[in-house]
Amino acid sequence: MSLSRDTLRGWGFTAPALIWTLAFFVVPFLVMAAMSLATLEGRTLVWGLHADNYRELLEKRYLWRAVVVSLQITLTVTAVSVALAYPLAWIIAFRVPKRWQRLALLLAILPFWTSYVVRSYAWLTVLSKEGVVNQVLLSLHLIAEPITLANTRFATVTGFVHFFTMLLTLTIFANLIQLPPNYRRAAMDLGASAFQTFRHVVLPLTLPGIVTGAFLTFVLCIGDYITPQILGGNTELTVPQVIMVQLGRRADFPLAAALAIVLMGLVTLAYLACARWLRLDRI
Amino acid sequence: MKKLTKALLAGTALTALTTGAQAADELNALVWCDHTDPALIQPFEAAHDVKVNLREYEGTGAALALLEQSRPGDWDVLVIDGIDVFRAVEAGILAPLPEEALPEDDFFPQVVLKANNAPDGTAYAVTEKFGYNTISYNADKVDEADMQDLSTVWSDKYAGKISIYDYYMPVMGLAAMADGIATADITADSLESIGKTLSTMRSHAISVADVVSAQTALATGEADIVVGGGEWLTAVLQAEQPELTWTIPDQGAVVWTQSIGVLAGSEKPDLAVEFVKYITSPEGQARLATSSCFWGMPANKLAADHLTPEQKEILRWDNQEDYLAKAQLYPAPDMDLDIEMQDLWLETLSQ
Repeated sequence: MSLSRDTLRGWGFTAPALIWTLAFFVVPFLVMAAMSLATLEGRTLVWGLHADNYRELLEKRYLWRAVVVSLQITLTVTAVSVALAYPLAWIIAFRVPKRWQRLALLLAILPFWTSYVVRSYAWLTVLSKEGVVNQVLLSLHLIAEPITLANTRFATVTGFVHFFTMLLTLTIFANLIQLPPNYRRAAMDLGASAFQTFRHVVLPLTLPGIVTGAFLTFVLCIGDYITPQILGGNTELTVPQVIMVQLGRRADFPLAAALAIVLMGLVTLAYLACARWLRLDRI
Repeated sequence: MKKLTKALLAGTALTALTTGAQAADELNALVWCDHTDPALIQPFEAAHDVKVNLREYEGTGAALALLEQSRPGDWDVLVIDGIDVFRAVEAGILAPLPEEALPEDDFFPQVVLKANNAPDGTAYAVTEKFGYNTISYNADKVDEADMQDLSTVWSDKYAGKISIYDYYMPVMGLAAMADGIATADITADSLESIGKTLSTMRSHAISVADVVSAQTALATGEADIVVGGGEWLTAVLQAEQPELTWTIPDQGAVVWTQSIGVLAGSEKPDLAVEFVKYITSPEGQARLATSSCFWGMPANKLAADHLTPEQKEILRWDNQEDYLAKAQLYPAPDMDLDIEMQDLWLETLSQ
């Protein structure tokens, strides 16, 4: 049986993507999964089916605490970023005149143009005791002495929200402008108030954009090392920070791999929770 | 058309000139950031007509993993934490050094550290730089007398004004010294006491910071004290903020050392040894000591002839004998104790 020309052409077109996925996702994932089941004896890596690393994860308080902290920070960042990005995207889509929309979007994504590390250190300076925020609060007599903002979870969340609000604004904006204006007009003609129109028409139709952006925020935030490391001041540890410790000092690749598998598990759970609304083609 | 021809000719000539100016050889070194200062590397490159390719790393584990994944001959020189030389020797990645070529007779004897650099009697590395993990502080914000006693440094008086250097080894060494335990005597049994001290330190700290973050914290006033800091943290800030300084408390401080060695399998072992000799020479030592990344004391005393009086003052050259007498070496735990210490550190961080 010979393959038809169309089938061959189909394979030809999809082969690069398949090879890419196999080489850069499937194979590395299998290696990482196998590594998570290996163990270190002295400084020697012993391959096998050992559950030691996962057991350690349950036994060592700082390891599972890191999982909890990562989840708490990620969920907070996602919720706050959505709450800020939606009105911003709405204003750009419906309130800003068409000819200014491009400029408004450009301004919204401008922070992406600077280095992520530089931006994090900039936030550290802004939030420090001698920084702009404390100086403004002091000059307005809202506080009597500088308050601690840098090196806290608040600082980590602020750094993340600054970045992810921009990302979410783009995904939600892309969704909002696809919404035919007649839907809103029809709802209003039928007697719906502005809130009812938003609640029963606009929000359900833009939910895929929100969920897609929120999912991307979750994925990028939970795996990020730089922001909590610079802005959090190591006052609490996230999973990527703990992974870096295993690699940097101990070269304990099996435990680091087990932690990475846990991260992937959390991302998978997030995907399953969002799958119903996810429309990655809307990005 | 003439313009185009001229441009092409000029381009060709420039390419030829550039090619002609290229170094005849290359040397690959895995280093800490202080070796990336052009003022240190360029004289060697010029003298040997060689291009030195430098790669920075953080953490001995990361360096060992990188070397294990490399082919023999990919790397020629390794700079490594003095206490970790034995790990590299165990892994078989360091080549013996020709001992007669090393000017250790000119070194501060306390940092020659044969036990580290020649664990089985054969020299595999040589100390190149040292300094102290001690107390850095802002002299305008704290009572300097308080900085002489470790227990007052992390007392309630300075709660919320302390940053801790993010490396468990020296900080646990300082905690041990505050408890009256010598760094060399740290055992699994000592960890309970050290853990309590660490916990107190941690509860009063505003952050646990890497080098840049600790410097930023001091410079911006976020923290007034850095536990585990030292000349390597504040020396580069001295010109702009002379109030940022450091001291060695009465209980002492922890001495950090970094060593340099030639990698086994290097295809240019002679050139690599020349590089080691340059780095440990008085001129190389002076340049390394005042590297733009971080300052530290040169292991070779003869570097004094190549340092300015101001540089020696910042390094506290004249106090070294006193300081070294008060200081203790890094804890040197075996692998099991190292893991326990690291677990305790991470537990304390996630309090």
